[in-house]
Amino acid sequence: MTQDLRAILIELGITGLIAAALVFPLITLRTIDSFEGLTINARWLPSVLAVALVVLGRFGLILLRYERSAIALAGGAAAMLAAAYAWSSDLPLSKLFEVFLFAGGLFLFARAAIQWLVIARGVERARIDTARADAALALRRAIPLAAAVVVVFVAFLPWLPFSSIYMLDVGILILTYVLLGWGLNIIVGYAGLLDLGYVAFYAVGAYAYAIFAVNFGLSFWWCLPLAGLLAGISGLILGFPVLRLRGDYFAIVTLGFGEIVRLVLINWSAVTRGPDGISSIPRPSLFGVAEFNKRATGDLPLFHEMLGIPFSPEHRIIFLYYLVFTLSALVAIFTLRIRTLPIGRAWEALREDDIASASLGLNRTRIKLVAFGISAAWGGFAGAFFATRQGFISPESFTFIESAIVLSIVVLGGMGSLVGIAIAAALLIGLPEVFRELSEFRMVAYGGGLVLIMVWRPRGLLSFREPSVRLFDRRGRMRFAAEGYAVGDSPLAAPAPTTATATAMTAAPAAPATGGGAVGEGSVVRQKPTGSKG
Amino acid sequence: MAYFLQQLINGVTLGSVYGLIAIGYTMVYGIIGMINFAHGEIYMIGAFVAVIAFTLFAGFSFFAALLLVLVFAMLVSGFYGWTVERLAYRPLRHSFRLAPLISAIGMSIFLQNFVQLAQGARNKPIPPKVQGGFTLLNDGGFAVQISYLQIGIIVLTIMLMVGLNGVIHTTSLGRRQRACEQDKVMASLLGVDVDRTVSVTFVTGAVLAALAGVMVTLYYGVVDFFIGFHAGIKAFTAAVLGGIGSVHGAMLGGLLIGLIEAFWAGYFLTEWKDVAAFSILVMVLIFRPSGIFGHPEVEKI
Repeated sequence: MTQDLRAILIELGITGLIAAALVFPLITLRTIDSFEGLTINARWLPSVLAVALVVLGRFGLILLRYERSAIALAGGAAAMLAAAYAWSSDLPLSKLFEVFLFAGGLFLFARAAIQWLVIARGVERARIDTARADAALALRRAIPLAAAVVVVFVAFLPWLPFSSIYMLDVGILILTYVLLGWGLNIIVGYAGLLDLGYVAFYAVGAYAYAIFAVNFGLSFWWCLPLAGLLAGISGLILGFPVLRLRGDYFAIVTLGFGEIVRLVLINWSAVTRGPDGISSIPRPSLFGVAEFNKRATGDLPLFHEMLGIPFSPEHRIIFLYYLVFTLSALVAIFTLRIRTLPIGRAWEALREDDIASASLGLNRTRIKLVAFGISAAWGGFAGAFFATRQGFISPESFTFIESAIVLSIVVLGGMGSLVGIAIAAALLIGLPEVFRELSEFRMVAYGGGLVLIMVWRPRGLLSFREPSVRLFDRRGRMRFAAEGYAVGDSPLAAPAPTTATATAMTAAPAAPATGGGAVGEGSVVRQKPTGSKG
Repeated sequence: MAYFLQQLINGVTLGSVYGLIAIGYTMVYGIIGMINFAHGEIYMIGAFVAVIAFTLFAGFSFFAALLLVLVFAMLVSGFYGWTVERLAYRPLRHSFRLAPLISAIGMSIFLQNFVQLAQGARNKPIPPKVQGGFTLLNDGGFAVQISYLQIGIIVLTIMLMVGLNGVIHTTSLGRRQRACEQDKVMASLLGVDVDRTVSVTFVTGAVLAALAGVMVTLYYGVVDFFIGFHAGIKAFTAAVLGGIGSVHGAMLGGLLIGLIEAFWAGYFLTEWKDVAAFSILVMVLIFRPSGIFGHPEVEKI
């Protein structure tokens, strides 16, 4: 290492220069509005810290490259300690900087620990891999039990001693995104189509609910199915022309549709009331039996008078909580069932290889259209629920960012795993609530997190749906030769799917979520075809 | 007629800007077959750096300031383009097809909000730097004008196009790019450094986007952190319209989109002009996904 000192210094210098070029113009030179127009307010500390952080991180990677795991271990630990200390003290540092320092330290520590185990303790790499695969398998076996525990917990949350209105509110928010995530999952996770305009259906559902409820005075229990129906129909109408497209083109067209819907909401003022939005949307009643207000507004009796208990605003929130819980449960049961039906298996077959599926006689357009319609209808339900919970909607709520958030939930959850998506929704929606201090960094963290997840685990955190046998590993190297595959067909040459499965077409779609292949990049083949009917 | 001419001039100016951004999309798509969704944000960063640099060099004479601003914006955007490719796309070069696109969306959200955090959420105005122009035609009280700025934008765009064409067709760099576009494996077997070529392509696209950003800053005089998203989609539409992968197509598509937008805003309702642009995107993709100059995609079995 010492003899390469010059090369290392040059590498660090270049890294520092690039980092400086990236942060200096935008962070240091902050433009401020003043009476004479813009002026520059120089802020040196944040950019110097950012550059230092990048250079230190690079140095950590260099240490790992030269197998100095002990130093790297100490460095990682020191970074985490320093971050923890800075967080608890009131040093004039940005919280974001501390979070980055901690995360970087943790990453370095973990990598160095593995390296140290391999080199210093002579643990074989394969044993670590096996241990990881075993742990992942154990985790996967534990998931049904864990899911059951979580469902019970969520079901009884309002009655637990520590629950509060705030907690229930966050719970409602998380469950709304779980609902959206499960809806989008049908398109992205099962049918394998990247929909960047899912917010369009969410918006259609919300506006359908609001317009029916406000203009025609229909009750929530009429509007909810109507909203779902309208969203589903709009999904079919939008889906019909675009489903011939594949891959990125499909993604961009759906993005275009999402924007068109939002612009229509803004500009078609006669119906949607334009940018002002629709306010005073009626709240749901207790199945048309009673309402949750303090004083009667209509002819329905009041909930608290009916039960003879004092009025509390909590009643409505508990009701809304159970409403969205029930909706989510319905969607989950529906999804689990449809996945084993022929249509569900056809989605997965199309996702894995649509040419092969077409040649086996599947009607690609019709199958994708069904996925699109169902998914849109779930989005519409979520939208109607959103409208009734907020009591106010405007086009502001239905921007592309919303689509991106739902998409990141689905991707983080592993595209196809219901449990994974629920966990991802809890993380992505719940964590910002926990770290309220950092709320302004929320979207930066979303963006950065999406990139990191893609680079680290392109198939999501809980990816059960890896093909059971892979011809090429993640970096595109050939693992083993398989029959029927010409060498020239390397993934480098064709931009088409790089994860060519050697699985027989009939086996892939039939394997249910719990029976997929290895987790992550593991090459272990452990297929457990439970419930396979194909 | 006069009104038509005026909208034509406005449309060509707007189209030049879209065309310059579209080249970045089309070159990247041609080489690695991915939609660089973060490209619009690179353009936005170019525009922001232009605002910052104009404020920083406020004491200089206009031409000195403009030169410095151009260099500054191109450098910073180039670095961003390089870094984005290195961090977010290169590790995913051989991953499954949607991974780079999702990563690009993440990068786009990240950059947009990073700029918002670093520079504040309000839009940034700069005083007009170039004023005046020619009156081409005076038709019953309606004067058709072309400003010096519009002339500058159009001339600079033409120069850049000619230059880029020269680079692609005569230099060794252009040859490497075309080789990678055709077959990356073969190119690397013949000694072309594919990674470096891809990086250079990203930097080229970013530099062109930065120039477009500087022009827009001068033209509209105001920049906010959200401009990258819509300009990005429209430029992508332009690239698709012209045939993605074709540099000439990108420029032509940019011009068409600019003209459509200007005429729509001039003759129909301004509020619906974005709907018109997005509808064109949808229509083109549905009816002629290969665009004007593109080659139809062949399904490989």
